[in-house]
Amino acid sequence: MDFTRRETLALGAGAALMTILPFRANAAVEDVIAEFTGGAAVADGGVDLTAPEIAENGNTVPVSVEAAGASAIMLLAAGNPTPGVATFNFGPLAATQAASTRIRLAGTQDVIAIAKLADGSFARASKTVKVTIGGCGG
Amino acid sequence: MKIKALTAVTLLLAAPMAMAGGADDDTLVINEELEMVTKTAAPAHMENVDEIMSGWHFRSDETQALQMDDFDNPGMIFVDQGMDVWNTAEGSEGKACADCHGDPADSMAGVAATYPKWNDASEEVRTLQMQINGCRTERMGAEAYKYDAGTAINVEAMITSHSRGMPVNVAIDGPAEAMWEEGKELYYTRTGQLELSCANCHEDNYGNYIRADHLSQGQINGFPTYRLKNAKLNGVHSRFKGCVRDTRAETYSPGSAEFVALELYVKSRANGLSVEGPSVRN
Amino acid sequence: MASGVKPRVKVPKKAAAGEAITIKTLISHKMESGQRKDKSGNVIPRSIINRFTAEFNGQSVVDVTLEPAISTNPYFEFEATVPEAGDFKFTWYDDDGDVYESTKSVKIG
Repeated sequence: MDFTRRETLALGAGAALMTILPFRANAAVEDVIAEFTGGAAVADGGVDLTAPEIAENGNTVPVSVEAAGASAIMLLAAGNPTPGVATFNFGPLAATQAASTRIRLAGTQDVIAIAKLADGSFARASKTVKVTIGGCGG
Repeated sequence: MKIKALTAVTLLLAAPMAMAGGADDDTLVINEELEMVTKTAAPAHMENVDEIMSGWHFRSDETQALQMDDFDNPGMIFVDQGMDVWNTAEGSEGKACADCHGDPADSMAGVAATYPKWNDASEEVRTLQMQINGCRTERMGAEAYKYDAGTAINVEAMITSHSRGMPVNVAIDGPAEAMWEEGKELYYTRTGQLELSCANCHEDNYGNYIRADHLSQGQINGFPTYRLKNAKLNGVHSRFKGCVRDTRAETYSPGSAEFVALELYVKSRANGLSVEGPSVRN
Repeated sequence: MASGVKPRVKVPKKAAAGEAITIKTLISHKMESGQRKDKSGNVIPRSIINRFTAEFNGQSVVDVTLEPAISTNPYFEFEATVPEAGDFKFTWYDDDGDVYESTKSVKIG
């Protein structure tokens, strides 16, 4: 099977997209978010999500979330077999509505934080984390 | 055209990985007080490398940070577990490590920096794990740990943690010299279907990529090492086994005379770097 | 999983009244995800810590629901307000019904 120049370019573009696009966004993510928000609208901004651009190993990826005044922040990994990661419910003695933890990512994908803010509205932030494959199995 | 098309795809796939390689210039300070020597002049016996560098320099900022605070370092959980073992009496003599050696912060300070080393009584080079097992079988009347098994590594990590910041200083002369020479020969011997020696990766190509990963100098001053990959402490011999297997060779076993010799030689290549165990790597 | 589970907690021993302090917690736990298979191809059943709580004198600081995507040896860092002298109580809930607890006292000064 031979490739024409055009086919070659298309193939190359497809391959490039494959490396850039995260795992297929999964319908389960929207379901989990809807369950958390009760179907309310989710605005961008109002919640900060810190995660590395490139993770050396998907087994232990440090992430932090913060949303001033939030009562809860839900963390999701859109490309994992199940998207749920953790939900932080902040009590009256939380000095800040912020938390850090370490999470598992099955591959390059979007990490999403949804915060329930003090006024009852919802905010969203997301970040793509590239997960590299190690050189040696060890 | 087929080959060209595939080449184009390969190049595109490879492109996002084409990041800068090599060791960084960060400084490793643990708990904001313990400054580590992570780069220094190579010991005189090394012919092909001028500067030795800790594997810490080859890791991402996030992985590096995990080692900079004892609380953030998950390896310290296992140091705690090793401490429990230290205080637990075992074997027919009903003795714990602590009964002879007291507080490891005093008695074990600097010990890990000098292992593997010659043991006069047994007339052999002993790794720290062999010495622990020597205590267990000869003094405690307890069973030896399986080499690189969880509990053995935990105790080794606990003992090693009391040498952190001290320079690795293993003796390569005297009665240990013959074994050191054996280890050196193994280091430079190509093995497996890929015909790779330790030196091909860790001397000729450190700083370069192997797939998406940095090759380090393969220094072992950070062992036992908590790896993100398997979320536990890993022993030197298990790492050697993984490396030899990756050359597609039949490997030696953890605890074998070959790996003891190799550990002695490779550790001597870190003479001058700080002991870091338990370190954190990917 | 009851054997070998060991919590570590870092809390300052002293704080000013009303001060915000940083707390770090780590517990040794495999966090078996339920996604892995053993050598014979059978799914290894899920076994994780599913909830973590931090309280000070009975009042909640944070109450976390954990899913299998939390890494082995779960780690949390957060900030708490210390209104008066008292005790932090940290609790981890295991899928197998076990509960692990750790308590730390804080003085005002």
